[in-house]
Amino acid sequence: MIKKTLMAASLALMASAASTAAYAACDISKGRVNVVGNEFPAIQTIGKGAQACAGDGVEVKTNLTADHQKINVAGMSSNPAEYTSAIVANSSIVALMNEDLIRPLDDFIAKYGKDLKKNQLISIDGKVMAVAFMANAQHLVYRKDILAKAGVEPPKTYEDMLAAAKIIRDKGLMQNPVGGAYAAGWNLAQEFNNMYIGYGGEFFKPGTAEVSINNEQGAAALKMMKDLSGYMNPDFLTHDSNATSAEWKAGNVAIMNMWGSRVGPLKDTEGSSQEVVDNTDIAAPMTVGGGSIPATTLWWDGWTVSKNTSDEDAEATFKAMMNAINPSILGDDEIAKQAVWLIDGYKPTDAAKGVFAAAEMGTKPYPMRPFQGLLHTALGAELPDYMQGKEDAAKTLADVEAAYIAAAKEKGFLK
Amino acid sequence: MLLFIAFPIVSVVTQSLHTAHDQVIVEVENCGPFGCEKEVTVDQEATRKIREDQPLGKWAGLSVYLDRGHLAFQEVAESWKTRDSLSGFFSAITNLPFYRAMSFTLTFVVVVTPMTIILGFMIAVAVNALNQKLKGFVIFFSLLPMIVTPLIGSLILFWMIDSRGILGNGLQWIFDDPNLSLKASTGLTWIMLMVYGIWHAAPFAFVVFYAGLQTLPQDTLESAMIDGATRWQRIRYVIIPHIMPLVTFVALIQLMDNFRVFEPIVGFSAEAHATSLSWIIFNDLGGETRLLSSAAATSVLTVIGVGILLSPVLVRTWRDFKVKV
Repeated sequence: MIKKTLMAASLALMASAASTAAYAACDISKGRVNVVGNEFPAIQTIGKGAQACAGDGVEVKTNLTADHQKINVAGMSSNPAEYTSAIVANSSIVALMNEDLIRPLDDFIAKYGKDLKKNQLISIDGKVMAVAFMANAQHLVYRKDILAKAGVEPPKTYEDMLAAAKIIRDKGLMQNPVGGAYAAGWNLAQEFNNMYIGYGGEFFKPGTAEVSINNEQGAAALKMMKDLSGYMNPDFLTHDSNATSAEWKAGNVAIMNMWGSRVGPLKDTEGSSQEVVDNTDIAAPMTVGGGSIPATTLWWDGWTVSKNTSDEDAEATFKAMMNAINPSILGDDEIAKQAVWLIDGYKPTDAAKGVFAAAEMGTKPYPMRPFQGLLHTALGAELPDYMQGKEDAAKTLADVEAAYIAAAKEKGFLK
Repeated sequence: MLLFIAFPIVSVVTQSLHTAHDQVIVEVENCGPFGCEKEVTVDQEATRKIREDQPLGKWAGLSVYLDRGHLAFQEVAESWKTRDSLSGFFSAITNLPFYRAMSFTLTFVVVVTPMTIILGFMIAVAVNALNQKLKGFVIFFSLLPMIVTPLIGSLILFWMIDSRGILGNGLQWIFDDPNLSLKASTGLTWIMLMVYGIWHAAPFAFVVFYAGLQTLPQDTLESAMIDGATRWQRIRYVIIPHIMPLVTFVALIQLMDNFRVFEPIVGFSAEAHATSLSWIIFNDLGGETRLLSSAAATSVLTVIGVGILLSPVLVRTWRDFKVKV
């Protein structure tokens, strides 16, 4: 029985592969393509698009995993590299740039990528190092019904969010109405980055690797995060984006700052109820402290081509990835809804309005600095002490700076 | 031995004594979907030659070991000088990553190792007294915690103790406190991790002790019974001395395992409350910019820590061995 099911499944797979028959369109005669990248629906679509190029003499493999950052540097350091392409974002391209593992794409673009839009090209010092295919940002997600019952408008600032949370709790509508990916580590650090930018803070002294976050804006950002956490599930330090989404789907949260790329799944009734799905709506990111720059960051996801690989494989990789972001994929409604695509011909769906609003409001992109990741890690490790009330803001921020300095010295950014 | 133990250790030690070269930073213009911006980047041309000349990196001596992320002598001395009380000094120390990890790791080792041995022994004695027909069945179930992959086991427990999970919600109901959360309190998180550690390791102790019980000299036991020894006296004077070498063995393995506690911290997402040396290594290697030298230094410190922890047991084994010869 099982054998039969397996057979049927593999036949179905073969059939679908044959029906795409796209490999002729890829125009690759020979080569090896191996893509490493993060794992969410939009990137899976890209992975499938690249795999459609597999065929006679052309080998295409993908390794899409949430742990991609732990393996991409190692997997591209050898010569020839195991991965011929890495799908990265504005934060993670830096690690590859620091180690000099990706190649400029200008030649390939001149030959095979004339149709790419200019805003898809990520150039560093005038050289195109990555081709972006989607944009992302964190923005407000709210429950229409709960806010209506509480008699409040969707918040435009974090101060409004706190006030709304208080009303919702006082009226007994929800015990912990605020959600947020506040898990210790990367997520918590990202929330700090958002808030700190919202208060108008600068992470480093201009043009140097010297950190400067132990200031008024830093303390204000931490205080706002602490105040918000008072309206969150007490387990908030263990809640990453997945757990926060699950809380949302379970109907336990009414307002939160969440990734645009996660709105699609929130609108799905699986693990949720019709009531929650129907009342889930999104809006622009919030500002904080009277600032005009939203307390969030803009992100792109794009693909790169490995430096330590033969020109033949690099060319095959470029062509396969070009096939993956071919504008024709947007013909599928499901795919069009998966992300805010930067691909030519993309028409914004309703799920994209939050990210578009973020871009229109002048949101800053997450900085592509060689040492930003070190600060991010230091924040993730030291902020939980403050969130648990073990330290005051000045002490925690001093700890973050000290942890960053130790790491930056080791990596040669500071003497 | 040479290939799989000595070489890796030598390579880790070498790595820990080197750091990355000084980076040559230049300011460039970056463009993308959101416009152009002046930003700094690493000048690869300038860095390449230094890298090729010294591929290992810059010689750093013990500086990585002494920095804030590891032994932090400077910071420790500083807080000793400026201390107002001994407890103030200790809380300043445990704010440093290495000492924070050690304070949890050592508590974990000291609590979990003996509890595992005691619980394992109790299960072994209990199972040994069971009816022959029941034994196989009970042994299988007692072994389950060890068979379940640690990460999966801890994840399942993690979900159960969530404030909306069956255990977490149950506790809230018992203590009549809707805000009670095991994951939000450092003390409760530590207890939870230790209970998990004992639960997971007890079957190992049980299996070893159960095997030891099969070799019990029946005549000694019978003569003890004829002399009127109670069940407790038999355990105290016959069974425990007989399996003592096994206790040493289990203690040795458990000390080593518990010192490297890692999976429960990841599985329970407990890093806000409890860290260990292994977790620090994982965190150093998992960031967007990998800290290889830092991870290597922590590895060496772990090896040294295991060595120190095991030395009493090793000395004891060595003495036992010599007496027997």
